Amino acid sequence: MSTATATPTSTARDHAIGTSAPRPDGIPKVKGEFVFSSDLWAEGMLWAHIVRSPHPSARIVSVDLSAAYKIEGVRAIISQDDVPGKKIFGLEHPDQPVFADGVVRFFGEAICAIAADHPETARRAGEAIVVVYDVLEPLVDPELAITADPIHPDGNVFRHLVIRHGDQSAVGEVQVEGTYEVGMQDQAFMGPESGLAIPDADGQGVELYVSTQWLHSDLWQTAACLGLPDEKVRLTLSGVGGAFGGREDVSMHIYLSLLALRTGRPVKIVYSRLESFLGHVHRHPARMWFRHHATRDGRIVKVEARIVLDGGAYASTSSAVVTNAACFATGPYKVPSATIDGWAVRTNNPSCGAMRGFGAVQTCFGHESQMDKLADALGMDPIELRRINAMASGDTLITGQVVTGALPTREVIDALANHPLPTDTRTTDDMMARPGGAGRTADAAHVRRGVGFAVGWKNLMFADGFDDYSTAACSIDRGVVSIKCACAEVGQGFVTLVQQIVRTEFGIDDIIIEPADTTIGSAGSTSASRQTWMSGGAVKGACEAARTTLLKRLAIAHNVNIEALELVDGRVRSLDGSVDLSLAEATETPVRELLEFHHAPTFPLDEHGQGNAHVSFAVAAHRAVVDVDIDLGLLRVVEMATAQDVGRVLNPLQVLGQLEGGTAQGVGLAVMEEIILHGGKVRNASFTDYLIPTALDMPNVVIAGLIEQPEPGAPYGAKGVGEPPTISSTPAISSAVRVATGLGLPRVPIRPQDIVGC
Amino acid sequence: MESNSLTYELTINSATHVVTDAWIGESLLYVLRERLGLPGAKNACEQGECGSCSVLMDGDLVCSCLVLAASASDAMITTVEGIATHDPLTDERGLSSVQQAFVDEGAVQCGFCTPGLIVAVHDLLEQSPRPSELEIREAISGNLCRCTGYGRIFAAVDAAIEARSQGAST
Repeated sequence: MSTATATPTSTARDHAIGTSAPRPDGIPKVKGEFVFSSDLWAEGMLWAHIVRSPHPSARIVSVDLSAAYKIEGVRAIISQDDVPGKKIFGLEHPDQPVFADGVVRFFGEAICAIAADHPETARRAGEAIVVVYDVLEPLVDPELAITADPIHPDGNVFRHLVIRHGDQSAVGEVQVEGTYEVGMQDQAFMGPESGLAIPDADGQGVELYVSTQWLHSDLWQTAACLGLPDEKVRLTLSGVGGAFGGREDVSMHIYLSLLALRTGRPVKIVYSRLESFLGHVHRHPARMWFRHHATRDGRIVKVEARIVLDGGAYASTSSAVVTNAACFATGPYKVPSATIDGWAVRTNNPSCGAMRGFGAVQTCFGHESQMDKLADALGMDPIELRRINAMASGDTLITGQVVTGALPTREVIDALANHPLPTDTRTTDDMMARPGGAGRTADAAHVRRGVGFAVGWKNLMFADGFDDYSTAACSIDRGVVSIKCACAEVGQGFVTLVQQIVRTEFGIDDIIIEPADTTIGSAGSTSASRQTWMSGGAVKGACEAARTTLLKRLAIAHNVNIEALELVDGRVRSLDGSVDLSLAEATETPVRELLEFHHAPTFPLDEHGQGNAHVSFAVAAHRAVVDVDIDLGLLRVVEMATAQDVGRVLNPLQVLGQLEGGTAQGVGLAVMEEIILHGGKVRNASFTDYLIPTALDMPNVVIAGLIEQPEPGAPYGAKGVGEPPTISSTPAISSAVRVATGLGLPRVPIRPQDIVGC
Repeated sequence: MESNSLTYELTINSATHVVTDAWIGESLLYVLRERLGLPGAKNACEQGECGSCSVLMDGDLVCSCLVLAASASDAMITTVEGIATHDPLTDERGLSSVQQAFVDEGAVQCGFCTPGLIVAVHDLLEQSPRPSELEIREAISGNLCRCTGYGRIFAAVDAAIEARSQGAST
């Protein structure tokens, strides 16, 4: 037997669950050595380019490839006729042709794809392709789409979700009503869509290296369109440059695979930023009407709402987004009666789908605007109105579901409300402290400060009866623990969590995280704030299973009772001292266990929108301090403070990063981010014209409280923390600007003309 | 591509690289990434808006996507790959104080903006060893980050300033 000493455990303890363990990919990322999907390279590879429609609605009359084929270096051009398998794809409801099938339904829809020896050759070939279109009038109004002639065989309504809860005839002594609008936001992840496909030598399969949120969903959709069995298509996660929902759908996967199979050579693609804006789904624009009913002392009696989400040309996750928008439309408040109609509809606008917050962002802007309006009508402090209506564990959702887990809404509100406000810098000489900065002419006397408060929530994990699971394997070989899981690390830090779990479960620091690929079962999507719970749960469960297998084996080998054995700090010991082995000694014969982790089942909503459709919920609140130059309509967000229901903090630094980053995306939606459409055409598909917050725009984010009430059923009690910060940040800002200006501001993003044009 | 191609040399991180038979229209970013095996500079927008491709050219911070590679043949170019400290005895590359601070302070999430920020912050601290908060914000306002909201990046810059004031060389 080896005489190896115990593995040092201090690092393992220092970087276990609950600590700010460093990212394992941090060092390669700061050195520029981390391999993103756009960094891939293969000997003899070709470059792909996609020809896209310049019209949002058209019939394709003819496509002439002859001039393109004459360009030296062009190896293949493919279109819908070259798709050997299923002709359509889609994340939840396949309804999108791989390439436009005689009809174009959105600006930027793929017409054909080219492989050539140089990206410039491929681009020029694209310009040489002559497509003749019969241009049609696009359907761009989502309200009209509900009753308009269908623009797709599946119709124009992705889902009409009806929620009827409580007493439908209930009427409040006080009523407030409002109509609200949210613009189309883009995920604007930094790493553009990109990937590399390598054909098998026999031409019967393909290796695909991509950045994605869900490898297996990509696999299933891609293999079906290629007409290949799943095992002939293998996906490996490449470095992902952010996602935020925009990589949940298939983008270039099928095109690259088809071109690789056609040419017999590796094929790479890297989208330009323009193409990225056209090539992925966005956050649904929303039009919403609300009427809140309350008693004179401020108790909500009933909420009525009508929500119309513009899903664009193809389904993506529209039906799930509108389900969320409707289910969470009344906020984390006790609402005994509700009448909600949510629509997600098809238009000739760009397709919309997942983005951080997933439907809850849009309705939070509505319900929080309404809460302010109700407080005003009641003559009540808006924070107090939220406090007295705050939902808690044991209360009932408007879907009839009773919350059984933690829901510390009031604790979140109180932590934030009690946090001190920043000092008022409006009258200082520091011009940079004013809206617009030193280059502007803000008159300090005309700068008004507003403070706004908003509370938001959403569900964690997939819902509505979806069988949501993750798979992980844990191997221990001579003391080294290897974890395999197809969970997509998109920047959130799942790889850090894996190491923290292994250190916590085994007390060792020799950890290998194997590549995320499709040689193991699905981990589900990196979305819905679900991976810490789901893939964290799968990894933890696999570790526990491996431990049990190992201890059983050692119990037999050493003739002791398994209950007498413990694995702590990297050593296996028996209570009587007869067994004392390092983990390396104990696993000279390796162990490996695979585990599939499912959360508690959910059920589809019934025809009245009632049912136990959700697993768990998380609440966050934001307080925004905003200075407004009422002459120029310029805003400066001075400070964002937040409190959040987190279950349990597993990594303080990573939680902080999620809260700051998520808040920033909400700031962007409040004051600058919107995809501008004109007749269905995207007019600002660049970072020159689609603005996201810079280091000069972002205020400090102050954490007023992390409310830790461990969530039953969640590994280590932790709730996902990624989405809640993006939900309430936007309405907190709009509320602050209303306070500063006295304007109604029913739409985000708030533009200068919304302030000075009134 | 056979037309408009030429061969030229680039000096990158103190080493000479020959670019052979390359289309004259290729950007420095493309040549670094696709021809010379230096993919550290990133391609988030290729329009000079995001800073992810930042490199130093003769000491000036530039977006390599906006520089024609062939026009850079007389320049001294430093990329993120040349930022790491180098021990000539062991030939090992360690982290600069800025890189270490980004790791320690949680300034890295997806990491796509990180190389450009590392170069930009190095440039800032070379020009201004103790910058004000406003100088820091202005210096990195050309580097878009979508993950962090910049909070941990500011913390990293502060930590790097502190480390350098304690004697760290880069």
